[in-house]
Amino acid sequence: MKVHLLYSDRDAALNAGLPDHAQALVDDLGLDAVFGAMADGDALFLDVVRKGVLSSIAGDVATILYRQDILKDCLANPRVVMEIFECAGEGLRDVKRLAPFTIFNRSPNSILYSALTIVGSLSVTLRRLRAIGEAQGEIFRSEGFRNLFSTLEKELDDEFFSDVQRHRNELAFRGGVLLSGALGVGNKGTGYVLRAHPPQRSGWMQRLMARKAGVYSFKVAERDESGHRALSLLKDRGVNLVANALAQSNDHILGFLNALQTELAFYIGCLRLRDRLAAKGLPTCLPAPSPRTERRRAFSGLYDVSLALQQEDKIVGSDADFGDRCVVVVTGANRGGKSTFLRSIGQAQLMMQAGMFIAAESFAANVSEGVFTHFRREEDQSMQSGKLDEELSRLHDITSRLNSNSMLLLNESLSSTNEREGSEIARQIVSALAEKRVMVFFVTHLYEFARDWHEASRPDSMFLRAERLPDGTRTFKIVPGGPLATSFGEDLYGRIING
Amino acid sequence: MEFTSILFLNGEDRPPTETLKEPDFLADLNLDQVFDAVAQGREQYNLKPFFYSPLTDVDSILYRHEVFQDIESPNILSCIQSFAQAMRVMRTNLAQVKGLYYQRQKQRWLLDAVSVYCDAVASLAQGLGGGRVSSRGLAAFSGYVRHYCASEQFRELRDEASMLMESLSKVAYCVLIKDSTVMVRKYEGENDYSVEVERTFTRFKEAAAKDYRIQFQEWIEMDHVEANILEFVAKLYPDVFQGLEDFYSRWTDYVDETIATFDREVQFYLAFLDFIAPLRRRGLAFCYPKITMSDNPIYGRDTFDVALANHLEGRAVVCNTWQMTDRERIFVVSGPNQGGKTTFARSFGQMHYLGTIGCLVPGEAARLLLFDHLFTHFERQENVASLTGKLEDDLLRMRAILERASGTSIILINEMLASTTLRDGILLGRRIMEKLRQLGSVCIWVTFIEELATDSEVVASLLSTVEKDAPTVRTYKIERHPPVGIAHALSLAERYGLTYEALKERIRS
Repeated sequence: MKVHLLYSDRDAALNAGLPDHAQALVDDLGLDAVFGAMADGDALFLDVVRKGVLSSIAGDVATILYRQDILKDCLANPRVVMEIFECAGEGLRDVKRLAPFTIFNRSPNSILYSALTIVGSLSVTLRRLRAIGEAQGEIFRSEGFRNLFSTLEKELDDEFFSDVQRHRNELAFRGGVLLSGALGVGNKGTGYVLRAHPPQRSGWMQRLMARKAGVYSFKVAERDESGHRALSLLKDRGVNLVANALAQSNDHILGFLNALQTELAFYIGCLRLRDRLAAKGLPTCLPAPSPRTERRRAFSGLYDVSLALQQEDKIVGSDADFGDRCVVVVTGANRGGKSTFLRSIGQAQLMMQAGMFIAAESFAANVSEGVFTHFRREEDQSMQSGKLDEELSRLHDITSRLNSNSMLLLNESLSSTNEREGSEIARQIVSALAEKRVMVFFVTHLYEFARDWHEASRPDSMFLRAERLPDGTRTFKIVPGGPLATSFGEDLYGRIING
Repeated sequence: MEFTSILFLNGEDRPPTETLKEPDFLADLNLDQVFDAVAQGREQYNLKPFFYSPLTDVDSILYRHEVFQDIESPNILSCIQSFAQAMRVMRTNLAQVKGLYYQRQKQRWLLDAVSVYCDAVASLAQGLGGGRVSSRGLAAFSGYVRHYCASEQFRELRDEASMLMESLSKVAYCVLIKDSTVMVRKYEGENDYSVEVERTFTRFKEAAAKDYRIQFQEWIEMDHVEANILEFVAKLYPDVFQGLEDFYSRWTDYVDETIATFDREVQFYLAFLDFIAPLRRRGLAFCYPKITMSDNPIYGRDTFDVALANHLEGRAVVCNTWQMTDRERIFVVSGPNQGGKTTFARSFGQMHYLGTIGCLVPGEAARLLLFDHLFTHFERQENVASLTGKLEDDLLRMRAILERASGTSIILINEMLASTTLRDGILLGRRIMEKLRQLGSVCIWVTFIEELATDSEVVASLLSTVEKDAPTVRTYKIERHPPVGIAHALSLAERYGLTYEALKERIRS
């Protein structure tokens, strides 16, 4: 019995580790603000959306569309979705109350006893879930939700609930504990197995008492403490397997409820983020993904979500159509919106691949096998020695991980050496990446590199520039255009220092 | 064929096991560490005395080589290992028979011990039979065991034990515990209830599940409730348990003494092969040396210090090749310190000692002297009272050696005469050298006094060596040699594989 709201054919596996460079992505792309808005202070949500977004770096088109459909259902029926979410959550909380401590060193008898209590509580939750499905399932359209509701209906049938009741009665052992055994090492009893009482309940004992031959019995004296200990140990050995089976079953049901809660949290998080952006009057859209082997990227009104969440001012969106080009070089004035642009590209890619909507009016792109960032680190600016070494070492790690269908965002890379050397290394690196058709966005001040690359008029490359109006003011728009000989640090200096 | 011992061609060579002490030079050769490692985990066999007893004739050594060669065949090895393992289990079982309280438990442990013993002996006879062994030792033993297995007494023991085991394994019973009453009867095919529970919940099943089963502490002893239940089970199966009682009173002493002795002695071979196996896997060779009573050449090809190799674990071991030809008897070893000189002397001694106890020796090939005595004159840290005291001590020890050494002795000298002036050292050294030449003993003399390597037919000079291009780097190789008296941005990118060419290679499609 599976939830399968994140993948049509498998569990979400959110416990699997994130890629090594996940933290770099979070820092470089400003994802904490995005996750924060989705989680709204809830730790469970934070964990789910974080992992949901960061682990989706190998997303495929079918999964993206599968999630988009479910997201549409959630947008249409937010109240029912919340009701299911709450039902799973309450079920989990009830169990937590019943078994506050799962401690070591418990005996099989006590494990069995608490497992029986828990299974009682769980069957109440499961009945509620089935009821919601029966009442509301019809209005859902997506494959994911339809499968979930039909699973609930099929697996949680009346027979299941009556079996559970029967086990609860049997395992109360009103007729005594019946074990089978064999002779083990040194003639000690071994291989104890709990046996079902024959159908005529409570008949066994009477029958045997009547048929004296072949039955031997003894009573452990009331004050024989070690004898009673031995008896309960024997019972423990007998119920060991059944206690294990029942406790594991409970875990599995809890696992199902957990998965349900977790996977729904991802979509509810999406709804929250959308509400936040909508409240600011900002657009969102469901993107059109294309396969990883294609190169395609076009959007309008694309903006940086983390900046939009933190800033009251009007947000400037960008429009571009890169067609099938795979190298995009961005140059231009400092503080002109280049990093913001680069972040919005990375965010959009991750969000699309996670099946979310995009912070744009429209967005279409190919899926990438991994998004990698190489941003100039804060600490780089202070530490002169070994900087290039550190930069190259990071680039080495990144290039060892990516493949030709990956996306690499370079922000001021190779600025830790002089322009000539930096440009030469950049030329070699970007040439190799371009030849392999890796999707590269390169925000750079390496004028020599940018000029040479621009003059080569390569059909696989495109140039963008942070816009500056003739009067010197920045629009924060990124527009098509080749590199200009100076970047506008002088302006900035003039305004801030002399201004 | 008569069989006495798997270790000794002549039974009377067997050492008096309890009294034998470690020869004093073993520590200088670091062979004490080696034998500790060899015997480790086999304390119950008391193997050390065998390693402390050099053999005195070539045939006795060959007798062991033959057995070693047989045991190196994987089939024979695993056959003997299984036998030894079974005998260990059997001894543990017998210890239980002694220690336990309840009679029905003692009886069962004895039965288990007997079954283990019978199976072990029978498979041993089979594994060694059919012409699989060619050594004199194992062939004779194989004959002995076959004969023993065919004896009436053994067959009776074996049949009785297996019948009893069979009937005990078929005992199946049920226990019903209700309040403080326990009822026992035969098992009548009732269903396993945990299977029923699992069936209900399979729909939720996931691959990984926490294991809630409790691991019970398993005592060998029974408590009185278990004992009561066992008594009832005995009543349910009276014939089986009567048979067990009879068996116990009849077979108290069943282990054959010759087989028990073999079980101990064969461990000598297993222990040594176990010890060298990991070294061999690292590419270090061991060989069966040729043994000579006196004449040259003696040699060792690609040999090494076993103790050091064992200590180094994964790291590379340097091998050396040496040869004494014609009238040569003395190697003077000099050269840079920390260059492997002492190690060379040790490995020379180790090879010879291992050779005389009939073991394989480190190296690709070797021809070794069957020595009458082996002497070491190594530095003694504890005796440094004063410089003169030390020199005196050096000479006293040397005199004791010279008095006892013969033309078939081996003498290993390590940095003697270091405590006097060079002039005195040369003088004294030359005197001692003359004595050694007269004696004709085989000698390795590690010294910083190069003058001792005189031009002579008897004396050869060996040097520890350094890298040609980097004189500070030791190779740890010892070679024949007369004494000699007394090295930005794009390259960084290249190192990180970030040039155009390198990157094109590295990026996966």
